[in-house]
Amino acid sequence: MAQSLFQKVWAAHSVRLLANGQTQLLIGTHLIHEVTSPQAFGMLRDLGLKVAMPHRTFATVDHIVPTDRQSEPFSDPLADAMIRELRKNCTAHGITYFDLASGRQGIVHMVGPEQGITQPGTTIACGDSHTSTHGAFGAIALGIGTSQVRDVLATQTIALGPLKVRRINVEGRLRPGVYAKDVILHIIRTLGVNGGTGFAYEYGGAVFDAFSMEERMTVCNMSIEGGARVGYVNPDETTFAYLKGRPYSPTGPAWDAAVARWRATASDPGCQYDDVVTILGADIPPTVTWGINPGQGIAITENIPDPAKAAAADEQASITEALAYMKLTAGAPIKGIRIDVAFLGSCTNARLSDFKEVAKYLKGHRVAPGVKAIAVPGSQIVGRLCAELGIDRVFREAGFDWREAGCSMCLAMNPDKLVGDQLCASSSNRNFKGRQGSPTGRTLLMSPLMVAAAAVTGGVADAREVFGVNN
Amino acid sequence: MALAHITSITGRGLNVPGNDIDTDRIIPARFLKAVTFDGLGEGLFYDARKAVSAAGQVHPLDDARFRGATILLSGANFGCGSSREHAPQAIQKFGFKAIVAESYAEIFFGNATTIGLACVSADRTDIARLAAAIAADPAMELAVDLVAREIRFGGQTVKLSMRDSARDALVHGRWDPIGELLDGREAVAATAAGLPYLAGPQK
Ligand code: SF4
Repeated sequence: MAQSLFQKVWAAHSVRLLANGQTQLLIGTHLIHEVTSPQAFGMLRDLGLKVAMPHRTFATVDHIVPTDRQSEPFSDPLADAMIRELRKNCTAHGITYFDLASGRQGIVHMVGPEQGITQPGTTIACGDSHTSTHGAFGAIALGIGTSQVRDVLATQTIALGPLKVRRINVEGRLRPGVYAKDVILHIIRTLGVNGGTGFAYEYGGAVFDAFSMEERMTVCNMSIEGGARVGYVNPDETTFAYLKGRPYSPTGPAWDAAVARWRATASDPGCQYDDVVTILGADIPPTVTWGINPGQGIAITENIPDPAKAAAADEQASITEALAYMKLTAGAPIKGIRIDVAFLGSCTNARLSDFKEVAKYLKGHRVAPGVKAIAVPGSQIVGRLCAELGIDRVFREAGFDWREAGCSMCLAMNPDKLVGDQLCASSSNRNFKGRQGSPTGRTLLMSPLMVAAAAVTGGVADAREVFGVNN
Repeated sequence: MALAHITSITGRGLNVPGNDIDTDRIIPARFLKAVTFDGLGEGLFYDARKAVSAAGQVHPLDDARFRGATILLSGANFGCGSSREHAPQAIQKFGFKAIVAESYAEIFFGNATTIGLACVSADRTDIARLAAAIAADPAMELAVDLVAREIRFGGQTVKLSMRDSARDALVHGRWDPIGELLDGREAVAATAAGLPYLAGPQK
């Protein structure tokens, strides 16, 4: 019978059925970072257990790392204690750790793909909801809690019920100035922030076939913002070409065998999905959020919603709450709203292609007076590649602060924070109240080029107009 | 490892209304800067509480009438956002033993269940009735009965729903799966043997 990738990978990694009806699922690759692992190692110690498969566990440090200067000790003693704890745990258990001095440190969801650790047909878990990013390679990649991090450390398995699969086709082509970020913001806006509950999202169609791995990662990254724990794209030649020659990719005859296996894990033609949604690429506009969850987005050309015009009482209440927090006016255009900060970074959009694309247009422009603009590569490798290509210079000359690798202002567990009710044009993935470090800080999510357009004009802007995008 | 059989939770209620209450709101990221879960209760809804008090009002968590409540009421898609177990941990450490909400985000639901914090669902209208009854009489006791699948309060009874696997795990004292997972060691090795990438060369 024709099967989906999800069904195949699930079956291959199912160990047995547990008493409560869940499956004991083998986790092939475990990624850990400093925020959600220390308590798990503590639990392991309390139970007197060892790490079951240290060679399948990989660590890095990202959330708490200062991006102005990565050298230790950090000025924040709490952050310093966390990195020391991670180092200690990795050493004690023989876990590979991409430390600050490794040259390979970065946001955990960047490091896995860069190193070739993230592979098709595998199961991946990490104590971080954006683990869905790795699904871009055709893996089942799950964000888990700390008790489950303990479970994976101790047994290399978790207890989980199966998910349904929703196939999301994006057909045709995207219009100029429309990016992968717009695709996922549009999907979330269309299906809702909890539309994906109980589902794995399988993305496909002509737009995804044409997407690079980096673009696929941007979309899969934000699956969780649509309520889907898992998002994936079937592996294809683009996937294999990306993985070839990476440090942890198979080599020689093992490479050919792996590619054959990977190919076979893709969803079979004619397999049954629990739901199918089709979107036309041409219908997707450059999208900006105006509210306090990632589903509250509109086209850059639209006006901010008016609660009085909302159909349901529920929606009315949520629009009212969002506008009050965001200090935005119902019915006003989103275009032109003044911003204070522009943030280009995070595991959604801090890859080489993101900076390359922006640099293409940024030359000759200057960050508007009064705007603080920061660009933060997602990994040390991306930072180095940008330096080699002179991309960092383009950003610096435009008036951006060019930083070192980390999560930075995506969630502000480091010194990069909004102050007061600053409004931030951000390429990250969450616009929750207080997300960027100030309890009253405000976030507008958008694509990297739209962040750049906001930075140089000082307000929310249509990047197509600002930069004359028409390729 | 013997775990409690969580069949029913009885206690007073407290309502934090709203849909899509995310994990950043439940526990702001700065409280995650620690290597243990200790003391997380104090950070629960920290910024929301401050904002309410700055506006001259009292957040339910700071309202003396609801002090000691063990059952938290809320809206749809509760706990959306990050996978931080700090969120259910903070709720539990504050003193809550059960949540009654319309629906939950997946990761939050799993995290809460694994630490024995019961997340039950009820209809919106029933939650509104419950909330009204609590507001009228904060001292009223509620019983969240996982076996009978109902919530009883002030002479009324409403239905609750819960995913079978989670309900079963709580009721039979299997909510923390570590023991059972460890028992599967041999089966794990057998499954792993069929997956070439697990044996792959180490770098
Ligand atoms: S960049 Fe943001 S979303 Fe991504 S892992 Fe870091 S904090 Fe989480």
